[in-house]
Amino acid sequence: MGPLSSRLFALESRRGWTVFMGLAAVLMVVVPVLNLAVPENSWLHVPTFWVTTLGKFLCFAMLALALDLIWGYAGILSLGHGAFFGLGGYAMGMYLMRQIGERSVYGHPELPDFMVFLNWKELPWYWYGFDSFAFAMLMAMLVPGALAFVFGWLAFRSRITGVYFSIISQAMVFAMMLAFFRNEMGFGGNNGLTDFKDLLGFDLSASTTKVGLYVISALMLGLVYLLCRYVVTSKLGRVLIAVRDAESRVRFLGYSVTRAKLFVFTLSAVLAGIAGALYVPQVGIINPGEFTPAKSIEVAIWVAVGGRGTLFGAAAGAVAVNGAKSLLTGIAPEIWLFFLGALFILVTLLMPRGLVGVVRQWRERRAISKASHSDSHVSA
Amino acid sequence: MSLPDSSPALPEPHHIAPETLLYLDGVSVSFDGFQALNSLSLIIDRGEMRAIIGPNGAGKTTMMDVVTGRTRPDHGEVLFADRIDLTALNETEIANLGIGRKFQKPTVFENLTVFENLSLALKADRRILTVLFSGISVEQTERIEQALETTRLTAQRDRAAGSLSHGQKQWLEIGMLLVQEPDLMLLDEPVAGMTDAETEQTVGLLHEISRTHSLVVVEHDMNFVRDLDCRITVLDEGQVIAEGPMDAIQSDPRVIEVYLGR
Repeated sequence: MGPLSSRLFALESRRGWTVFMGLAAVLMVVVPVLNLAVPENSWLHVPTFWVTTLGKFLCFAMLALALDLIWGYAGILSLGHGAFFGLGGYAMGMYLMRQIGERSVYGHPELPDFMVFLNWKELPWYWYGFDSFAFAMLMAMLVPGALAFVFGWLAFRSRITGVYFSIISQAMVFAMMLAFFRNEMGFGGNNGLTDFKDLLGFDLSASTTKVGLYVISALMLGLVYLLCRYVVTSKLGRVLIAVRDAESRVRFLGYSVTRAKLFVFTLSAVLAGIAGALYVPQVGIINPGEFTPAKSIEVAIWVAVGGRGTLFGAAAGAVAVNGAKSLLTGIAPEIWLFFLGALFILVTLLMPRGLVGVVRQWRERRAISKASHSDSHVSA
Repeated sequence: MSLPDSSPALPEPHHIAPETLLYLDGVSVSFDGFQALNSLSLIIDRGEMRAIIGPNGAGKTTMMDVVTGRTRPDHGEVLFADRIDLTALNETEIANLGIGRKFQKPTVFENLTVFENLSLALKADRRILTVLFSGISVEQTERIEQALETTRLTAQRDRAAGSLSHGQKQWLEIGMLLVQEPDLMLLDEPVAGMTDAETEQTVGLLHEISRTHSLVVVEHDMNFVRDLDCRITVLDEGQVIAEGPMDAIQSDPRVIEVYLGR
């Protein structure tokens, strides 16, 4: 085995790989087959709507991984990660808008409807290039990355940590929301970007495209997970844990805490951007609502519920909380926010290590009781 | 390392001997009107072991903060090795120059194992991308095993550092200093909270280390300092009030008045 493949293999324990592969098989093979190959009247059929909903959750799981990387491992609680997710989404949205072309309501070959409506005569310079998918995807990563780099550089260099960092990250996402609400910004104001037609020539309303987007989301989630595992199991991962636990001590060891944080914060923003870019074609819209401060706080709740500093738990938490949200908002939408608040309080008080912590504790207990059981057998 | 162009012109080295490793002259630090260091001057030679004693608030820890870049002095010169101005550098840069520090309260990384703590301290390239992609070599593992042996922590190798006893944490920090391979080691109260037996073992350990390193040990346990058997500097109210071997220090009337007499 080469050094890279052995390093890859070492990312997870044997059991970890089994779970990973099992989940990958269910998400990427079983679900699509149950949707596409099983007839609609069969009870085994998974409706396309469910597939897309699950695809959305997988994008949220990616966003949760991005947050867990910095919060769980480096101790940086960003309450503004919706900004990076939203920017990635807008980059994808701009590509999808440019693809509409003459099929828009006003039928202008180049300008999106909202620009025609605003009486704009030509495309603003920052919309150039977004007719290219490759360019748009590059921007979906570069723009969030660049914003995180500048924001992080200013904050980490001044040694802004803890709750102060969380507060200014909230301020950042709030400022983004206000900016994107303005029509003059050129991103469609409060309506945002919508009415998308196709992506790389694939009709977005076709269920094969929807399943395809879902499969790509699952694939990207797996890759992002492995990338995060690579970072946290590397020596840099240990430096990050050290920064989380005793920041100033790390400086006296000769590591640049500022650079370590800046690296992982920027990486996290890029991953959030990818998640946003995959999210938008599945929900069919991107608007400044993604920059609502409460949405960014919700991401922290997903991670806390799943168990921070575990990666797997963060992703599972995102799917579990959003699953509960879909169920509850279907039954009684008015109680959702109360439920979310109660959930956060209960998790903080009763299961500080999240769902993963509960499962681990339960397994340990079982192992202990098993051991003591066999002990009593021997003595008897 | 060369001096940055922007640093102020340094005085001619008329009084800095080539064997000098650390040079403090006229260093003053005040916090909100409290004079922590008051024109402190101190010279540590290469290869020397020095003990610094003094009552609480004498400025021992502040002195270490100034040398390691945690605190900027209001006045005075702090020079290291080939007249590198430490007051212009931050903690990380100073650590990379070869100054290692053990804190008063042992600060190890509790969620990492003993081995991982040592591997982080190990002298190696500290650039972020190198750290991300680097593995650990056989030689480096041997260096760590050696440090584990020296600090008697071999059996604790894979335990979380947070589960160690207080004395073991102190030793782990000393081990981290060892693998960091600094030219100058600053140890702030290395035997605080240790049992007598542990203290005795630490004295032996420090003697061993001092054969290959320059050491500055801050302490107020007089028996420990006596056992170190080295030159002693006595601080009081941010100033040096006496310097010399133990016998001379013990008979110095000012030292007796401010420190030993209490």
